[in-house]
Amino acid sequence: MDTPATPFRNIVKPFWEAGRCLLFFFLMLTGLRLEGSQWRSVLQQIYLVGARSLVIIMICGFFVGMVLSLQAVNSLEQFGAQDQVGLLVGKSIFRELGPVLTALLFAGRAGTSITAEIGLMKATNQIEAMHLMAIDPVHRIALPRFVAGVISVPLLTAIFSAMAILGSVIFSIGVMGLDTGIFWSKLQTSVHFHQDLMQGVLKSFVFGGTVSLVAVYFGYDSKPTGAGVGTATTNTVVLSSVLILIFDFIITSFLT
Amino acid sequence: MRANYKVELASGVFLLIGIAALVWLATAATDFGQDIGDDTYTLSARFQDVADLRPGSPVKIGGVTIGKVESITLDPVSFEAVVSMSIATRYNEIPSDTGAAILTSGVLGDRYLGLEPGGAPDVLQDGDEMFITQSAFVLEQVIGKFIFSAGSEDGTE
Repeated sequence: MDTPATPFRNIVKPFWEAGRCLLFFFLMLTGLRLEGSQWRSVLQQIYLVGARSLVIIMICGFFVGMVLSLQAVNSLEQFGAQDQVGLLVGKSIFRELGPVLTALLFAGRAGTSITAEIGLMKATNQIEAMHLMAIDPVHRIALPRFVAGVISVPLLTAIFSAMAILGSVIFSIGVMGLDTGIFWSKLQTSVHFHQDLMQGVLKSFVFGGTVSLVAVYFGYDSKPTGAGVGTATTNTVVLSSVLILIFDFIITSFLT
Repeated sequence: MRANYKVELASGVFLLIGIAALVWLATAATDFGQDIGDDTYTLSARFQDVADLRPGSPVKIGGVTIGKVESITLDPVSFEAVVSMSIATRYNEIPSDTGAAILTSGVLGDRYLGLEPGGAPDVLQDGDEMFITQSAFVLEQVIGKFIFSAGSEDGTE
């Protein structure tokens, strides 16, 4: 569908799209039934978007943890405060880098494939065929992918953070020779469960929902042509990344 | 759309790894599990100088954490810092002549409140105050005094 023809088309368009996206979201949620067949398709989508993103998330988390401790050791050395490396890495990973980077990677790895898949279904008239068979494609196609995203992103974030801490341990203790006991006791005394870790988990739920909604919406809304699917995929990555960073600021400013 | 065996297994493993990672992070890398519980009573103590003791710092007897610092306020009349702490109720037999000192773990580590139990037969109740206190050892002040006293000995005044 195209934007309504008004003189202020470019100004109206973002709001119009946001409204359509929100309506799509509520329409999708009306199909939520907590029953076996739906859980099985959610489980299959968790495999596709979550389990298959595992390797990239683990590698990225590991290297982010290592580079963060390298920077931290170098900077903190000037003040003789290398002891604080664990604290700095832990807080920054749990609060910001874990949720944000995982969501960005998820948008690139899984969001695009969701959009492209649904777009291609539309281009090959599979969606129309479902309509003809009286199956609601929004509930059948979009909903399991959305739910799978909301479940997968927090778990991926936890795995990302765990790998980052592991990378930091290996680098700062193994390579830079910091003290093992001080590193862990700094984490355990100064990093708080509710304020730091749970704030990150909350963020990752919001990011997971955002990325998944954008991905299914753009896939469902794409023009049924090759170029249309390509544009929709690009839009998914661009809009999810921007929204992740905007929401990150909003959530952080409300929670601290 | 019946998901096959391999898919269900892989998603299950993924869910387990994710939850395990979360539990590991919570227990190994945050203060989760070091919570002393909701069953606590409150004690207070006055100090000349609390240095960088903070709300949330541990309260220990013999190195074992038995509570945490709840709040640090300044008495507006005597200008002493009033530290109020919550102690787990299962440690409810702390003698009334127990002393409190602000100590440091390691040379430059975190501050904590160390309690030194006395021998009095009566025990501290909820809301009681400990009177035997020892302020924080602030390295800068000690070095300052040392330099000052060394300077005046060498001086010709």
